[in-house]
Amino acid sequence: MAELFVAKASDIPDGDRRIVTAGKEEIGVFHKDGAYYAYSNYCLHAGGPACEGLLINRVVDLIGEDRTYAGQTFGDELHFVCPWHGYEYDIKTGECAGDRKLKLAKYAVVRRGDDIYVVV
Amino acid sequence: MDMARNEVRKLRFDEFSAAKHLEHASQQARARNYQDFLIVDVDSHHYENESYKEVFQYIESPVMRRAALESGKRPGRSSMLNSQVGYQDLGGRITRHELRSFYKPTGDKHRDIEMTLEWMDAMGVDYACLFPTPMLFLGLHPQVEVEVAMCTAYNRWLCERILAQEPRLISMLYLPFNDPEAAYRTVKQFGDKKGVTGFMVTSPRYKPVHDNAYVKTYALLEEMGKPLCFHAAYNWNDQALSVTNRFISVHALGFMWFNMVHMTNWVVNGLPERFPKLKVMWIESGLTWAYSLMQRLDHSYMMRTSDCPQLKRKPSEYMREMFYSTQPMEVPDDPSILAATFKMINAETQLVWSSDYPHWDFDLPSVIYDLPFLSERAKRNILGGNAARLFGLDSKVVKKIP
Repeated sequence: MAELFVAKASDIPDGDRRIVTAGKEEIGVFHKDGAYYAYSNYCLHAGGPACEGLLINRVVDLIGEDRTYAGQTFGDELHFVCPWHGYEYDIKTGECAGDRKLKLAKYAVVRRGDDIYVVV
Repeated sequence: MDMARNEVRKLRFDEFSAAKHLEHASQQARARNYQDFLIVDVDSHHYENESYKEVFQYIESPVMRRAALESGKRPGRSSMLNSQVGYQDLGGRITRHELRSFYKPTGDKHRDIEMTLEWMDAMGVDYACLFPTPMLFLGLHPQVEVEVAMCTAYNRWLCERILAQEPRLISMLYLPFNDPEAAYRTVKQFGDKKGVTGFMVTSPRYKPVHDNAYVKTYALLEEMGKPLCFHAAYNWNDQALSVTNRFISVHALGFMWFNMVHMTNWVVNGLPERFPKLKVMWIESGLTWAYSLMQRLDHSYMMRTSDCPQLKRKPSEYMREMFYSTQPMEVPDDPSILAATFKMINAETQLVWSSDYPHWDFDLPSVIYDLPFLSERAKRNILGGNAARLFGLDSKVVKKIP
């Protein structure tokens, strides 16, 4: 296991990210709501750059207690979206929103002082 | 082989290049040695609306030309051309649709040529058959004369400005199918132009393909050896499809629906018997529809042969002699299901790979190359060999994978 320097924490504001290439691996490192997350940048669908697309909350159908449909809104769960075809992944777990059995490879992120590293 | 490297990069949302967007596709192309064999994309697209100022200049009628140019000055308002509701970019999740506006041409070629060659090389494609995008709905225009005028202008523009300038780009030209005489004239006028490998009917429309008015056009295509294709799309205003409420629904059904109708009419009315040498291709409906329709028609045919007296064989036997583009290829979890579909349509000789790039549900060559049940020969046939034979293309590899 090796620790690869990603960036100074002060250089990655909340909501920003970096793409780390380490040999043949590509890793997306996200900084969101004070936490850091790192996943493989290869989409489980067609190999697209999974970590390079939109950050957007999960869409939720509003269903009333009487089971009638009352519109849509955005929920709390944040997704990152593969820009090739729209596969959505939960930023906290790397799970594919369409099939939770599918998960992107997750990498540990460590902070030493102001330095952010990803463990490969 | 890709060299190992270490780097950290930021993301940019104020620039776009297909080579960067498709860098992972290029990695696939290098890893699978696509440089060693021909890959032909039988269905890709440009956004002809980005060139409407040029295209409109080719409209012959001065009255219609003025109307088109004037309506083009006020985008977003009601235009001379029709369109369809459809949030194909998934609410901005497919980023290339917006980011392409940042593309900066670097050479002296037409922007469409430059952008197309860039993604072709990135994917490992040698030749691409280029189709329009908004014009896929032109068969639903209430004014038949507008379809004819716009189709003729587009075909002239495409032949002169794109196909004549770039040998790696080919097309099956738009047929103004709602006017059978104009369709015939289109084949006559453009059939021998450089890069014209056949003709295309946009499937969302309400004309029966077995109408006698089309017989002389089919005969001409057969005589010229030019394939006829039906390019799928949807019509959310279709009475049945209008009750769907999400794009996923109208897309899943609509892109199969019109081709299922046309195919059924084509076979039941004996057109394969009347035009045995006419090559027919079905584009962008995926594959499951053909697998299903073959069985459904065969089942009914054995009881109702009196409904289709021209047929000498089962419907599926005629369908198995037609060509099918792959995209959007359904990939079931169980590969044996896909293998059965391939067997049903004689994929090794009749299936032709397509990307549909840059549309939202494009496929890469790996969708075929990585299938566990295909031989190397079958893969190469589907990815390029079948199309090269159909279109009469040179089998020499001409791409440059970055």
